[in-house]
Amino acid sequence: MKINHMTAVELGKAIKAGKVTAADAVNAFYDRIGLVEQDINSYVTVIDRETALRKAEEIQAKIENGTLTGPLAGVPVAIKDNMCTAGVRTTCSSKILYNFEPTYTATAVEKLERAGAVIIGKTNMDEFAMGSTTETSYFGETKNPWNPAHVPGGSSGGSCAAVAAEECAYALGSDTGGSIRQPSSFCGVTGIKPTYGTVSRYGLIAYGSSLDQIGPVAKDVTDAATILEIIAGYDPKDSTSVKRKDYDFTAALTEDVEGMKIGIPRDYFGEGLNPEVKEAVLQVANVLEEKGAVVEEFDLGLVEYAIPAYYVIASAEASSNLERFDGVKYGYRTETYNGLHDMYKKTRSEGFGAEVKRRIMLGSFVLSSGYYDAYYLRALRTKALIKQAFDAAFEKFDMILGPAAPTTAPKLGESLADPIQMYLGDIYTISVNLAGLPGMTVPCGIDSKGLPIGAQLIGNCFEEKKLIRAAYTFERTRTYQRPAMAEEGVD
Amino acid sequence: MANIISDETIDYVGILAKLDLSAEEKEQAKTDMGRMLDYIDKLNELDVSGVEPMSHVFPVHNVFREDVVTNGDDRENMLANAPEQKQGQYQVPKTV
Repeated sequence: MKINHMTAVELGKAIKAGKVTAADAVNAFYDRIGLVEQDINSYVTVIDRETALRKAEEIQAKIENGTLTGPLAGVPVAIKDNMCTAGVRTTCSSKILYNFEPTYTATAVEKLERAGAVIIGKTNMDEFAMGSTTETSYFGETKNPWNPAHVPGGSSGGSCAAVAAEECAYALGSDTGGSIRQPSSFCGVTGIKPTYGTVSRYGLIAYGSSLDQIGPVAKDVTDAATILEIIAGYDPKDSTSVKRKDYDFTAALTEDVEGMKIGIPRDYFGEGLNPEVKEAVLQVANVLEEKGAVVEEFDLGLVEYAIPAYYVIASAEASSNLERFDGVKYGYRTETYNGLHDMYKKTRSEGFGAEVKRRIMLGSFVLSSGYYDAYYLRALRTKALIKQAFDAAFEKFDMILGPAAPTTAPKLGESLADPIQMYLGDIYTISVNLAGLPGMTVPCGIDSKGLPIGAQLIGNCFEEKKLIRAAYTFERTRTYQRPAMAEEGVD
Repeated sequence: MANIISDETIDYVGILAKLDLSAEEKEQAKTDMGRMLDYIDKLNELDVSGVEPMSHVFPVHNVFREDVVTNGDDRENMLANAPEQKQGQYQVPKTV
C-alpha cells in the first residue's frame, strides 16, 4: 500500500515491522505537499524537510533499539497553528502573530513528540479559531480537497484538509464551537472533540477558555482513538484539566452496539437541514439499529438558544484572552505611533482581522458595566439550562446522533458576508461545547455535488468510549473514501 | 433593528477593546453589533429566574502548587520575539 494512503496506525505498524522507515514516511508526505499544497493551502508553515528527516532518523533509531514502541512512532503529523511549538512559528493565522516563535511546546504536542511523532508543519485556520470556513486566515484561505471551489470548513480547516489531501498521516485540531467536527464533516475525515478537561490546554492559544478543547483529526476511528489516548491526560499546568478514571480509548475499538440506546433529536432534523445530509445521517441510525442498537426520536429542546448564548460567552472570553496581544512582547508592532496607548491601539487594529475585531468588541460590550447582567450572566444561565437538557437526554440515552452541520461545504466566498448566517451553520455542534460534552464526527456519505457528509455522535461527559464503539461499528460497514485528488500523483 | 448602537457606545467599546477604528469601520461595527444584539436578544424569551449562572461545567477550583521554581532562565529566547528590545529588556514608548 502507498504510504500516503495508509492510516496513521497502519503506517506506524509498517514502520515497526521494518517495511517502511520513518524517513520514507517523511519523504512521502513532503513529496505530496510539494505536489498539492499550492492548490489546497493546508499549511501556514511547513517545517523544512531536512529538519523533519533528522527527527525521523532519531526516532527510527529509537524504534530499532526498542525505546519507542508506541503505535504512532515515526508517523508524520500536522499541528493546528494555535498550538505552541518551541522554535517553530505559531501564528493563529493572524498578522498579529505572523513572526511569533514560542519558547515552549503545548502539552498535547509534547505528548505526541514523546510518542515518536514527526511534526511536519502547522496548519491553517480561521484567525484565532474564529470562523467556520478557514477564510478569515491572514495567510489565505484553505481549499477543500474534494472540490477546491469549496471551503474546508473551520476553524480547523487546514488540519482536516491536510488529512483528506494526505499531506500528513493525521493532525491535531481544536474545537471551541465545532471547529474539529464541522470541518471533519466537510472534508470527509474523522474528528473527536473530547470532554472538556480531557486534553491539556497548556500551550493552546486561548480563544474561549471554558469551551476550547484539543482533539484528533484522522482518517478513521482507530486512528482517532489512538491519537486521543496519547494526547489525553491530567496536566498540572492546566488548572481546568480533569483527572479522569479512564484514558484507554482504544479499548473501545470493538464492533458492539448491542442494546445501546441512541437518541435522535427531532430538533436537529427540522428546518434548515439539507435533505441529502438528513438522509445520510438517518442511514447511520439504520445501520446501528441493524447492529443491535435501540434508536428512538426525542425532543432535546433549547437548540435555538445555544448560538446566541455561545456568541456572548465565547466573545466575552475572547475579548479578555486577546488583550495580551499588544505589540510589546511578541508579534506585530505598528510602525508609527504616538505614545504607549496609541501603539497598543494601532498594533491591535492593524494586527487583527475583521471577524476577530467584531468578536472582541462584542465581548467587551457584553462584559461592560450596565450590560454584564443582561447579556453575560443571562448567557451563563442559559448555558446551565442547556446542560440540564443534555442531562435529561442522557438519563434515557447512551448517546445522541445527528448531523455535524446543516449542509455540506459551501463555496468559497459565500459565507463571510453575513456573519449571523455563518454562525447558524454551527447549530448542531455549539451546544456540545457549552455543556462540556464529547462529540465526534464520522464520514457517512457523499452528496450529489460530490462533497462529503458527516454524522455527529454526542456523548455524556467522559463517555468517549461509547462514541468510539458506535463509530467503529458503523465504520466497519463502509470503506474509506478519499477525494479524487488524493489518488493522483502518489507513487 | 431593535438595538441602535450610538457613536458614544462604539467609542466606549473601542476604548475597552483597545481598538482604533476608522470612520468606516465604526459604521460597520455599529451595524454588526446591533444585528448581533438583536439576535442575542432571543435569550430574553427564556425564563432564567432562579437559574444559577454556570461558568464551568465541572466544579473548578484554584489549583495551587508549592512555590518552587521549576522553569529556567529563558530570557534570551523570550526577548528574541520582542518587536523592540534594549539592554535585555522589552522596549516600549516613553510613558511618563
